[in-house]
Amino acid sequence: MKQRVLAVDDSASIRSLVNYVLGRAGFEVVLAEDGQEALDYAQQNTVDIVLTDINMPNLDGIGLIKGLRELPTYKYVPLLVLTTESGTDKKMEGKAAGATGWIVKPFDPVQLVSTVEKVLA
Amino acid sequence: MSIDVNMAEIAQLFIEESLEGLDIMESGLLNLDLGAADPETMNSIFRAAHSIKGGGATFGFTEISEFAHHVETLLDEMRQGQRAVTREGVDLMLQSVDCIREMIAGLADGTIDTTRSAELEVELAKMLGEVEPAVSLQDEVLTASSGGSAPNDPQTVEHRVWAIRFEPLPKIFKSCNDPLRMFRELQSLGDLEVHAQGVDELDFEQLDPEECHLNWTLEFQGKVSREQLEEIFAWVLDECELSIEPLALEAEIDADDLKRTDRVPAESPEPVAKVSVPKAVSKKPAVKSVVSTHENTSIRVNIDKVDALINLVGELVITQSMLSRFSGDFDFTQLEGLREGLNQLSRNTRDIQESVLGIRMLPMSFAFSRFPRLVRDTGHALGKKVELRLVGENTELDKTVLEKIGDPLVHLVRNSLDHGLETPEQRVAAGKPETGVLELNAYHEGGNIVIEVIDDGAGINKDKVLSKARESGLVGPDEQLSDEQINNLIFRAGFSTVDQVSDLSGRGVGMDVVRRNISDLGGNVSLTSESGVGSKFTIRLPLTLAILDGQLVRVGKESYIISLVSIVETIQTSAEKVSEIAGQSEVFRLRDEYLPILRLHDLFDVPADSDEIADGLLVVAEANGQRVGIFVDDLQEQQQVVIKSLEANFRQMQGISGATILGDGRIALILDVQGLIQMFHEKTGQVPVLPAVTA
Repeated sequence: MKQRVLAVDDSASIRSLVNYVLGRAGFEVVLAEDGQEALDYAQQNTVDIVLTDINMPNLDGIGLIKGLRELPTYKYVPLLVLTTESGTDKKMEGKAAGATGWIVKPFDPVQLVSTVEKVLA
Repeated sequence: MSIDVNMAEIAQLFIEESLEGLDIMESGLLNLDLGAADPETMNSIFRAAHSIKGGGATFGFTEISEFAHHVETLLDEMRQGQRAVTREGVDLMLQSVDCIREMIAGLADGTIDTTRSAELEVELAKMLGEVEPAVSLQDEVLTASSGGSAPNDPQTVEHRVWAIRFEPLPKIFKSCNDPLRMFRELQSLGDLEVHAQGVDELDFEQLDPEECHLNWTLEFQGKVSREQLEEIFAWVLDECELSIEPLALEAEIDADDLKRTDRVPAESPEPVAKVSVPKAVSKKPAVKSVVSTHENTSIRVNIDKVDALINLVGELVITQSMLSRFSGDFDFTQLEGLREGLNQLSRNTRDIQESVLGIRMLPMSFAFSRFPRLVRDTGHALGKKVELRLVGENTELDKTVLEKIGDPLVHLVRNSLDHGLETPEQRVAAGKPETGVLELNAYHEGGNIVIEVIDDGAGINKDKVLSKARESGLVGPDEQLSDEQINNLIFRAGFSTVDQVSDLSGRGVGMDVVRRNISDLGGNVSLTSESGVGSKFTIRLPLTLAILDGQLVRVGKESYIISLVSIVETIQTSAEKVSEIAGQSEVFRLRDEYLPILRLHDLFDVPADSDEIADGLLVVAEANGQRVGIFVDDLQEQQQVVIKSLEANFRQMQGISGATILGDGRIALILDVQGLIQMFHEKTGQVPVLPAVTA
């Protein structure tokens, strides 16, 4: 059974990159354009890990994380923030909302895979 | 290799997306009200800059990413209300948008010119109140990685024993962090001894399984830096008490080794530590080579359109299975069912056709989006105050038509700004508001799209146009022209009212080129104008180039197709209303006008049913402002026809724009009315009639 990753980013190129890199590493990747789309998906489906951008229209990454943690099925799903903010503010805001950790963009494909694998190990 | 190609394709996606992002930024910036910026607009501008920065770094376009970083910083301050949105700020942002655009264009041929970005970076830094541009991402990494060699220095890599005290808060599981994961990571870096504390105190009766009740002392031995160890616990620093103490130095590491590992932390055994190192420099060549070949050949389609199409194909499959029932033993009792099936098939076909064409359709805003900037800059250069109104931006149009209409539109808009709108002083003197209004309006009308360029300027100076036309011999000295005919003069080749060539228009590329470009697209353009009130250019275009709404006409045994757009009306007339001019050509009277009669059977040399005018019909068609009556035997049905290029299969023919295959398998030629009129004039040796009245 492939492990399913929900990747949320408003940038199509980042989405395809994550899709391509994780897809090649053997994950099933589900893509969403913003927090709302991701949350709608999550209400109907389960995934093994969520990767989300912070800055997005409609519902941002922080809002998504809060929303996901309220769902019983997502209480113990790792939620990683993909963020260009290297400053601690956004990371801590994400953590406070319930994020597991973060990956700082720009990320190297190899490191993206190894981080996701490590969290799911 | 396949990795690189795929990465390059994704990078190409980044480029397209960035260009869209820049358009969003540009239009957002132009719409900003100084002083009271709309937060949602500010956010979308910021997000676009943010994505360009992030994507740029991810795909290895460091120069773009770094520059976008400065832009983003300024935007962030504006967005957060820490900085007022000033005209200078907006101007600088607009210049930055242009600059990023140039840099992205530079990616295609592999030369990113950083001269302009460097200049702008200084400007941005000045505005941000910095003395010099902030350290670049790469510099940051480099400065960060050069460290001393004390055990507590985060960067030093030494083989030693570390004592780690790890006391997670009970809530640590809530963020889905598992101490075991961290231990495993440590284990992968060296030798680990784990001592758990708190086991004895556990009360299993009352234990909350969702909380963490233990804490640990770890003894780790390995060749790592303090930073690497801290990185492992980075995600949970807010959920634990952590201390990492060096115990003993196991062995000295030789200097070369230290240096190497030091500089490139990403190559250390477990590369969690340096997720932020931009490694993409090596990817660049592959990306570049692909960029140059993949230009704008893709099209982004709204998923709804694709879904709708899939639905329709589903319908088609149902129809197919319905019809296949009749393929076995058919008898006439089933006729009604067969007819119903065929009706459904024709409905499906029509729906699918519409839907597929819809995929090529893009909203007019793609062509309109460049105008706010253009009008702003041009107005500025001319010293004119202009308000631009865009109406019908969501009107959809075929991608190819849309791309080709851009330049003619720019020309018309420039023309209106330059010749149409007056300076503020002139406007005030004429009792008009200081600010002129330029409106671009797009809407659907029948199977066509109509685009209007409307200004409330001075209108066409008819006397000036007429005298210019007489000077250049376009109009005879005694010829009298109607207003519409005068208006149409400006579309004639070699016509310009400009006494002195201005910076903007009147430099050779005239309105005749605009008209030709538009008629190449199967459309037409006309002008109405009222002195002192303004002018209106109306462009009429087919929605798509692949399909045409056509009228079938018959000459003898041949069928031809005339585009419905070019047909004004069809009449039956009698021989009395026809008169001959100089024994060469015939004209007929239609209300107030005399129109030449173009006999299709003569022109194409095919036998007709009859030569008598009264026996056939005259199709009044218009092209390029000229009208003719095309004499045919009969009208047949109107239908949408798929255009097959004649050029691709045979060669270009004057008077014929293509061919199509009719339902019964016959081929019908599609008439090019403009070409026909030209052919006709060449044949009769008659001077082209002046543009007739356009409704």
